Amino acid sequence: MIRLKKLARAASALTTPLTPEDFLALFNPVYSSRQLRGVVSRVVHETEDSATIYFHPGHGWHAHKAGQWARIGVELDGVRHWRSYSLSTAAGHDPAITVKDAGAVSHVLVRDTKPGDILFLAPPQGDFVLPEHPRSLLMLTAGSGITPVMSMIRTLIPRRPDANVVLINSNSTPEKSLFREELDELADQFSNLTVRHWFTSARGRLEFTAKTIADLCPDWRSRAAYACGPEGFLNNAEELWQREAALETASTMPGLSSGAGTQAATTGTLTIERFSTDLLTGAGHDGGLVTFEQSDREVQADGDTPLLDIGEDAGVLMPSGCRMGICHSCLIPLRAGQVRDLRTGELHNNPGQLIQTCVSAAAGPVNLDL
Amino acid sequence: MTTTLTRPGALAASGHPLVRPDAAKHLTDEQVEELGRELDAVRDEILAKRGATDAAYIRRVIKVQRSLEFAGRGTLLFSKYKPAWFAGTAMLSVAKILENMEIGHNVLHGQWDWMRDPDIHSTTWEWDFVTPARSWQHTHNDLHHRWTNVIGKDRDVGYNLLRMDPDQPWRPFNLGNPLYNAILAPVFEWGIALYDLEIPEYKEGLKTKEAMNRDLKAVGVKVVKQFSKDYAATPAVAMLTGSGKQALYGTLAANAIRNFWAHAVIFCGHFPEGTDTFTEEEVEGETRGDWYVRQMIGSANISGSKFMHLMTGNLSHQIEHHCFPDLPSNRYAEVAVKVREICTRYKLPYTTGPLPKQVGSTWAKIFKLALPNRTPKAATA
Repeated sequence: MIRLKKLARAASALTTPLTPEDFLALFNPVYSSRQLRGVVSRVVHETEDSATIYFHPGHGWHAHKAGQWARIGVELDGVRHWRSYSLSTAAGHDPAITVKDAGAVSHVLVRDTKPGDILFLAPPQGDFVLPEHPRSLLMLTAGSGITPVMSMIRTLIPRRPDANVVLINSNSTPEKSLFREELDELADQFSNLTVRHWFTSARGRLEFTAKTIADLCPDWRSRAAYACGPEGFLNNAEELWQREAALETASTMPGLSSGAGTQAATTGTLTIERFSTDLLTGAGHDGGLVTFEQSDREVQADGDTPLLDIGEDAGVLMPSGCRMGICHSCLIPLRAGQVRDLRTGELHNNPGQLIQTCVSAAAGPVNLDL
Repeated sequence: MTTTLTRPGALAASGHPLVRPDAAKHLTDEQVEELGRELDAVRDEILAKRGATDAAYIRRVIKVQRSLEFAGRGTLLFSKYKPAWFAGTAMLSVAKILENMEIGHNVLHGQWDWMRDPDIHSTTWEWDFVTPARSWQHTHNDLHHRWTNVIGKDRDVGYNLLRMDPDQPWRPFNLGNPLYNAILAPVFEWGIALYDLEIPEYKEGLKTKEAMNRDLKAVGVKVVKQFSKDYAATPAVAMLTGSGKQALYGTLAANAIRNFWAHAVIFCGHFPEGTDTFTEEEVEGETRGDWYVRQMIGSANISGSKFMHLMTGNLSHQIEHHCFPDLPSNRYAEVAVKVREICTRYKLPYTTGPLPKQVGSTWAKIFKLALPNRTPKAATA
């Protein structure tokens, strides 16, 4: 490895201002000195509007943990766009993303991707991962929310007989249910996996109450829960767990201090993976002139559009990530002026403060150190 | 909170410059405004069309350029064989020309920034030219393109070396005008590197010592890298086949050929007969429309084949490039049809001609201006 690096350094004397990788890219497009890339190796169509895309990542990628996501860059009409997608393959296997056609970027990924295509990548990240020590688990998923959970199930079930997983998977119809056949086969083959399909076309929306959950999974309170799906689904689950936690606090408060014995009765933790964030846009806030100081660009921005979009549209090389305010890949120092956090409405105006451009809009003139 | 940002060089919203240049004297403020709107529309039309085919174009040019560079330098490693020397030198020369002109110049203008590809972006690109990309972007993009041909503001008029306009005062030093230009051509990249250091500005106190030190350091690093690549590393590897000396001659020749070519093309941009220069009164109070007018009457095109346009980095469409410096270069040909039609309609000059004619015209001016003005130009002050 070190020898390779030295060799590349020596070779760069012949290639400056380019790097040896720039020339190697003539033969294999995965090479780049500046950005991680992957070559699509296989595309599997899962349902009528979703596909799993397998890829061989280039140098700089690291193996994913089950449940993690990666940023994927694709080109739409010549312009690079980045989105985050959960990796659906088991940890230790070649990476793949499973994508549902739900927007401009995912549309291109599902409909137009073919083996040999290049994907731009960022290494896997995310905290929606399996607990360190084995314990019984409850997975709550809806729609494409199954994707990270599928990676967890594929990792855990065949290899760990001591694992015990109940999956409650909500979809509109069996046909639109991702990985349905594989999940049923796994459940048949391994006794440590129980799959409960919930089809909303037949049974209506899955409402989280202590009763509905107990019907599907009687020992749900003793399990560590993971939930992934649309905003409403997650909020609904979160409310139930909060209600349960509040009831327990109320009932244990007057009694003796809770010892180790009460732990078993306590409702387990709920870990959540979100796909989107509601932004307070359209409120008619005043924007301002945004100056990207190093890039020497000035743009008039309204008060509702995230600074990330403003910068990208102005051709500034904006760092970006989840586009929903959770991954902090898009931080840029504020030099002067004021921004509004579109999730909370909070104003930020301390020079030097790091701004999450994907969820912040101009609130007056703004100077950014980029 | 309202902040008034001082924006030096901002264009006036309406009105006209103190003095409108002669070639546009016949136009009213309203006509100039309308002309500005028409040119803005030409730009918007291209922005709406810009997409995957343009991205594929620049990637193709980059691929061809890198292949040529790779093959050219590789062939020079065997340059003790005459055909290998000629083939290697030719490929490397073409690669260097493409790299500087159709790729480097245009990427550094931000023509491809819209792709959001960090590998092809004005803020990350570095080129195979002695002057560091950032220094050049300052003197070229900021100063030359903003103040095109304004005597006293655009130092590209003669690059502090040549007398290129009758309004520049004559000094006995200018007798050497043709000689300096002949010496400059084969070492053009070194001339530009020196020019980008802005030594006169430093002496006049317009550039700080810190800025000067920073630029000197940047150019120093770049000089070492550029020099060692072509004149040390490549010949050293070629010595393995006994071709060291021939490889050195090859890289020297390739750089000289690129320099000659770049010098010739760039001098055809603003110096041939028919291009105007401007006084500071002619830009004071200038609107967007007047700015467009100045770009058009201060620039000259080169006519020729598609291949010619590629090899000039589409600077053969200098007029269009000056109106829209950040439109992708592959679009200038179609823009040119519209700009020319607009010039005809507004009765503005549109200077163009084949390369030999434009080069000849530039040299004629260089010879003529070596001597003091024969008839003093009518005072405009």
